[in-house]
Amino acid sequence: MNALEITALGKVYNNGNEALHDISLNIPQGSFYALLGPNGAGKSTLINILADTVRASSGAVSLFGRDLFTQRSWCKRQIGVVPQEVAFDPFFTPREVLAFTSGMFGCKPDYDWIDELLRRLELIDHSVKNTRQLSGGMRRRLLVAQALVHKPKLVILDEPTAGVDVELRRRLWDFMRELNASGTTILLTTHYLDEAEELCDHVAIIDRGSLLTARPMQEMMGEIASSYLWFNYGKKLELSVEAVETLAAFEPRLTDEGICLKLGMLEDGSTFHEAYQAAVTCFGAPRDAGLRREDLEDVFLRLTGKQLDNKMNGENSHAAG
Amino acid sequence: MRPVNMLGTWTLFLREIHRFLKVKMQTIVTPALTAMLYLIIFRYAMGDRQVPGMEVDYFTFLVPGLAMMAMLQNAFANTSSSMIMGKVMGMHIYLLMAPLSAIEVVTAFLAAAVVRAVVVAVAFLAVLMPFVDLSLLHPGIILLYGVCGSIIMGGLGLIGGMWARDFDNVAMVTNFIILPLTFLSGVFYSVKQLPALWQQFNHANPFFYLIDGFRYGFLGTGDTDPYASIVVVMGTVLVTIITCWALWRSGWRMKE
Repeated sequence: MNALEITALGKVYNNGNEALHDISLNIPQGSFYALLGPNGAGKSTLINILADTVRASSGAVSLFGRDLFTQRSWCKRQIGVVPQEVAFDPFFTPREVLAFTSGMFGCKPDYDWIDELLRRLELIDHSVKNTRQLSGGMRRRLLVAQALVHKPKLVILDEPTAGVDVELRRRLWDFMRELNASGTTILLTTHYLDEAEELCDHVAIIDRGSLLTARPMQEMMGEIASSYLWFNYGKKLELSVEAVETLAAFEPRLTDEGICLKLGMLEDGSTFHEAYQAAVTCFGAPRDAGLRREDLEDVFLRLTGKQLDNKMNGENSHAAG
Repeated sequence: MRPVNMLGTWTLFLREIHRFLKVKMQTIVTPALTAMLYLIIFRYAMGDRQVPGMEVDYFTFLVPGLAMMAMLQNAFANTSSSMIMGKVMGMHIYLLMAPLSAIEVVTAFLAAAVVRAVVVAVAFLAVLMPFVDLSLLHPGIILLYGVCGSIIMGGLGLIGGMWARDFDNVAMVTNFIILPLTFLSGVFYSVKQLPALWQQFNHANPFFYLIDGFRYGFLGTGDTDPYASIVVVMGTVLVTIITCWALWRSGWRMKE
C-alpha cells in the first residue's frame, strides 16, 4: 500500500506562476522518501498542499487510501509536518505548545509521550521556558516535536536540519530512523544530498515544478556508479573546438576551477590514462587532480543543471565545481 | 459525515483564553483602570447633569454604555490580534494544518472572544457599580445583548484579522470603522438629543441597538424597544457567523 499517491498534481499561483506541473508520485508506506530539488523547484508548494496551507489547482492526492481533499480532517490527523519557517506562539512554553498542538489534533495530551519527545530532542531542560527564550536550533527541534506529538503515520520534514549542528543532526536522524523502523513513513526535503543518500530508501527529484525522476535509492545509485577524474587548473577553462573533439568520449563538464571527465570503464583501467592524457593535451598539466565516484549530487546536477546551495563539504564543491 | 473534533475545538478555545490571560495587565487590568478614569472625569467633572428625556443622571446613563463599549472593543481585539499575530509571525499555518473544520475554528474563536468580553465587563462594572445607582434590572437582557454584541465584534475581528496583511491593516479597521461606530452608537448620549438626520443614521448602526439594549437591562429605559431590537441583533449575529464560516472555509486571504 502507498502512504501517498499523488496524481497529476498542479498548482498555479494567483500571480500566474506555475509552481507544480502535472506531478505524479507514489510514496510507499513505511518508506523513507527523499524529495529533492533546487530552490524554487516546487518542493515546498507540494508539501504545503499536503499540509493544507496552499490549495492545489488540479490533480488528486490519496493518503493511506483516502482522498486528501474530501477527507481532510481524517487525513490531517495522519500527517505531521515540520515546516521550513520556524514560528511559535510567544506566549507559550514548549510543553504548552506540545499539549495545545496535541489537543488541536483531537488527541488528549499524552504527557509521557510529550516528555519522551522533549527528551529525545533535548528540550527537556527548557520545557518551561518561554519559546522566545529558545535558541534557533532549539526552536527547530521543537518544530519536530510538534509535528510528532499526535503520533502521525506520515511525517513530512521540510529542510529540518538547516541551522542544526552536526551532532544534533545525527541524533535527530537516529530518532527519525527509529520512527521509520517502527512503521512511520517519512518524506524529507533537504539540501544535504549525502543525508538523503544515507537515510532514504527512495528518491524523487523535481525541478521547475516538474518531476524529473522518482525511484528506489538503490536503483538510482546503481545507475550512477560511474567515476570522475577531476582536474584543478585554478581558473575557469574554455573549450576550443579541438578540445571538444579530444574530450568528447569523457563527457566533459567544466567547473569553476577546471574540468571533470567521466571514466567509462575504470575497473579494467582502460580509460584512466587516456583521460589524464587528454586533459594534459588540451590544457597542460593541472595543479591538482583526483578520482571521485559519482554520487547523488552529480545525478542531481546532471538532471537539473543546478547545484543545491548550502553545500556541506568542501571536497564536493571542489570536485563538482 | 465526519465526527466533530470536540477536543480540538475546546483546545483552540482554551488556547485563545490562555493567550489573553498571559497578558492580563493589558487585557483585564487596563479596562478596569480606564473605568476609574471615566469615574473621575465624568462623575466628578460633569456633576449631576441629567440626560434629557430620561430620569437618570448622566454618569448613571454612561456606565452601562461604557461597559458595553469595552466588551465590544475587547471582543474585536481578541480575535483580530490573534489572527494577525498568527499571520505576521507565520503561526497561522498550525491552525490551517490542524484537523479543525471552519465551524470548529469559528466557534472556538468567537467563544473565547465572548469570554474575554465578559471578563472585561465584570472587571469594569465591579469598579464602577459601587459609585452609581445601577442594578441588574433585566439580567437576561444584559446577558443576551452582551453575548450577542461580543459574538458580532469577535466575528468582525476574525474577518478583519483574516483580511489584514499586517498590524497597520488591523489598526486601520479598528480606528476607521470600529471606533467611530462604537463612539457614534449612543454610548455618550441619548439619540433623542440629536438632530433628526443623525437620529436616522444611528438607527442604521447595529452598535446602537447593542448598546441601547444592554443599557436597557440596567436602566429599564432606552431609545428603542429592546425586545424588538433583538431581531436586528440576532439577525446580525447570524450573518456574522455565516460570513466568518464561509470565509474561513474558502481560505480567503489565508491560503494561496
